[in-house]
Amino acid sequence: MQFSRANWKRLRLTGDQRNVCYPHSLQFYLEPPSESISLIEFESLAIDRVKLLKAVENLGVSYVKGAEPYQSKLESEIRRLKFSFRVSKSGKEIEDLRRWFIQQEMDLLRFRFSILPKDKIQNFLKDSHLHFEAISDDEKKLREPEILASSPSLSGSKTDWESESVYKIPFADALDLFRGRKVYLESGFAYVPLKDIVAIVLNEFRAKLSKALAVSRKIRPLYFHSYTGQDYSTQKNAGKISLDQIDSLSTRSFPPCMRQLHKALRENHHLRHGGRMQYGLFLKGIGLTLEQALQFWKQEFIRGKMDPDKFDKGYSYNIRHSFGKEGKRTDYTPFSCMKIILTNPPSQGDYHGCPFRHSDQELLKQKLQSYKISPGGIHQILDLVKGTHYQVACQKYFEMIHNVDDCGFSLSHPNQFFFESQRILSGNKDIRKESIQPETPQPKPGVQKAKDASSALACLNSSLEMDMEGLEDYFSE
Amino acid sequence: METFDPAELPELLKLYYRRLFPYAQYYRWLNYDDIYIRYQSFNNQSELEKEMQKMNPYKIDIGAVYSHRPNQHNTVKLGAFQAQEKELVFDIDMTDYDDVRRCCSSADICSKCWTLMTMAIRIIDRALKEDFGFKHRLWVYSGRRGVHCWVCDESVRKLSSAVRSGIVEYLSLVKGGQDVKKKVHLSEKIHPFVSKSINIIKKYFQEYALVDQDILENKESWDKILALVPENILSQGHFYTLQQNFPKYHNSLQRWEYLMKAISLQDSTKNDKCGPCLEWEIMLQYCFPRLDINVSKGINHLLKSPFSVHPKTGRISVPIDLQKVEQFDPFTVPTISSLCRELDAISINDEGKEGNEAESDTKRRTRVSYKKSSVSPIINSPWIQPRMDQSGKLINLPANRSQIFIY
Repeated sequence: MQFSRANWKRLRLTGDQRNVCYPHSLQFYLEPPSESISLIEFESLAIDRVKLLKAVENLGVSYVKGAEPYQSKLESEIRRLKFSFRVSKSGKEIEDLRRWFIQQEMDLLRFRFSILPKDKIQNFLKDSHLHFEAISDDEKKLREPEILASSPSLSGSKTDWESESVYKIPFADALDLFRGRKVYLESGFAYVPLKDIVAIVLNEFRAKLSKALAVSRKIRPLYFHSYTGQDYSTQKNAGKISLDQIDSLSTRSFPPCMRQLHKALRENHHLRHGGRMQYGLFLKGIGLTLEQALQFWKQEFIRGKMDPDKFDKGYSYNIRHSFGKEGKRTDYTPFSCMKIILTNPPSQGDYHGCPFRHSDQELLKQKLQSYKISPGGIHQILDLVKGTHYQVACQKYFEMIHNVDDCGFSLSHPNQFFFESQRILSGNKDIRKESIQPETPQPKPGVQKAKDASSALACLNSSLEMDMEGLEDYFSE
Repeated sequence: METFDPAELPELLKLYYRRLFPYAQYYRWLNYDDIYIRYQSFNNQSELEKEMQKMNPYKIDIGAVYSHRPNQHNTVKLGAFQAQEKELVFDIDMTDYDDVRRCCSSADICSKCWTLMTMAIRIIDRALKEDFGFKHRLWVYSGRRGVHCWVCDESVRKLSSAVRSGIVEYLSLVKGGQDVKKKVHLSEKIHPFVSKSINIIKKYFQEYALVDQDILENKESWDKILALVPENILSQGHFYTLQQNFPKYHNSLQRWEYLMKAISLQDSTKNDKCGPCLEWEIMLQYCFPRLDINVSKGINHLLKSPFSVHPKTGRISVPIDLQKVEQFDPFTVPTISSLCRELDAISINDEGKEGNEAESDTKRRTRVSYKKSSVSPIINSPWIQPRMDQSGKLINLPANRSQIFIY
């Protein structure tokens, strides 16, 4: 997908203009735009798109989809982001990202379809090459008992029936409906109530999007760092950590996600499944042996007045399972940043996830303050979070707690954070860049900001280079 | 009934293809119109004829067309068919009903169970025509124990495998193998396809199930029916009552009525489904068509051609007249040997009019004529002519064809 510079500017303008009026123009993206664009511009557009999709995701998590206030909040998000609707395709790197992307796009389309005024629906369907036409009231009446008997989505209430439009489409276009006999067929046409049309449109969209993503998979996403390093699953460091070190390690060398999980575990003497997985595997990655892990968790849970037998029965199996000693005997690998950020978001009572991604600004600020990060540092971190650069924000945190200007690596894994931290703290001399500057004076916030923005970008770009280098190898399957 | 000896097949086939095979109709059926080239292998009908007479195929499958020389087993591929375009086909096989027919099993059929095919044709054909809007449907007797359906509409030939599977799913109601007792479950809302199918079955049920099959004849048979009645209906002691009372009645018909009463009494108290649902579920399990999805969904799947000879029975795969489905009797379908004998008899009578060998086969055929044989009433009946002619322009041979491939 390419945009030329001139055309891109033009597209931008069009986007702005459109957003002055009602943001209901819906695209099926049957034809991709065919101009050239620079990589930076592409990145910027892609980031914009992701911002929107994340807004979709956030709202989807906080509110019931399809009802108020979800609908109006989403509408204002779209306006606020001044979104240009042209970009539909972006690269994908791993299945997680791709699935996430498709899910958010589907939610977005569902929402936008739901706010389409009735007269616009027909046009949208036509433009998307979907051969749907609404039938007249007379035709509807003629087939009332049959349609009501066929469509599970119709309740049968008089008012619902009267207000519901019914569309006549070639049966082959309604595969998912007719195969399960969920629609009335007559002479080769399916008589589909509006509710079910949405399902068909979404399926079509999903199919096309999937196909498009498959085609474009060679373009790596630029807004998340890819993970090309090790996965910290081999237990090279096994046995090098002792259990009584964990408390101090958690404040000195753990990334904030694990730091908060450890704290929650100590305070509540318990963690829910998501937390146990994320933290447990991390501990394995930093070198805990199975015996140590069992002891660690059991000790803590017992403090929470858990019966030791109950622990043995319930939890120890899972711990052994995650070490590959039970069941499938898969040795599970600790979660990467991408995985933590994209999948299984925490709900009430959970402590897992990525604090930069999943905590709101206020809460994050308080946390950072409690970790004794300087106000300037906090400010920069929050800025980065606003720009959805979660891993860069975490790198900033790393720099602040280790008192270095440049962390010297591109963060993509919590265990990487730990490893790099230990490296610095143990005074390791063969690190790549000079990041040990213990007496660095506190720079002025303004300068720092600019510097950090550019170093953040440098980090992004260098990781991009790294990514691009590995591109061929990565895709040679 | 004439006996059929497979060993005679090679000789019989020779005669069949020279004198009896209805090339004109067959060719027209295979060539829909100018645009769609069914067989790219033949420049005209006579080439097809020549090739078939040379090969004397003992088996013709459409999809790809194979012809076997019985002694050499060479595979001859007639036609550079396009795999993308293929008729939608259905295969209904009597062995799939073994769990619900008491008279026969596996390859055997009799007049008592043939009604299953009648009902199947009625139900499926109605749906193909009225629900899906398919116009060109050809039903054919398979030659042994079932029927095939060929749907040849242009739009249908282009359907994807997924849509073909979807059609079969739409037409399926009986689900489950040997380990599943109750194979039909209806939901609260009864789709028009289901209710229309039930109405068709109702016309045959009494005679077929309660008389011919006698499904409530004795304890062994009625226990199978009772196994389909859910616990909550039987648990109020009615099951035991039914078992005790059934012997008091004289025949299946009476027992069925009694069973229906018992069910409706229960239903009125516990109504989470439609009233007559259970009755319908039983009827459907015993009568509703069972399709083989693999035959229909595969675009490359082969199916035996109409007018081919079944190698085990010698019977010709003849088309079935939809206007007279109930009258169709598989046991009166001519075998190749009976046909040839008939032909010999005709030739003897017509001696003197034989002419010389120099005459073209076509002419000879018209004279001696399969028109006089048993096959002819089937081939020449009005229903098949229009069907075959309807498919496209008459005998208008497409101009561009490629050559025959012989592997």
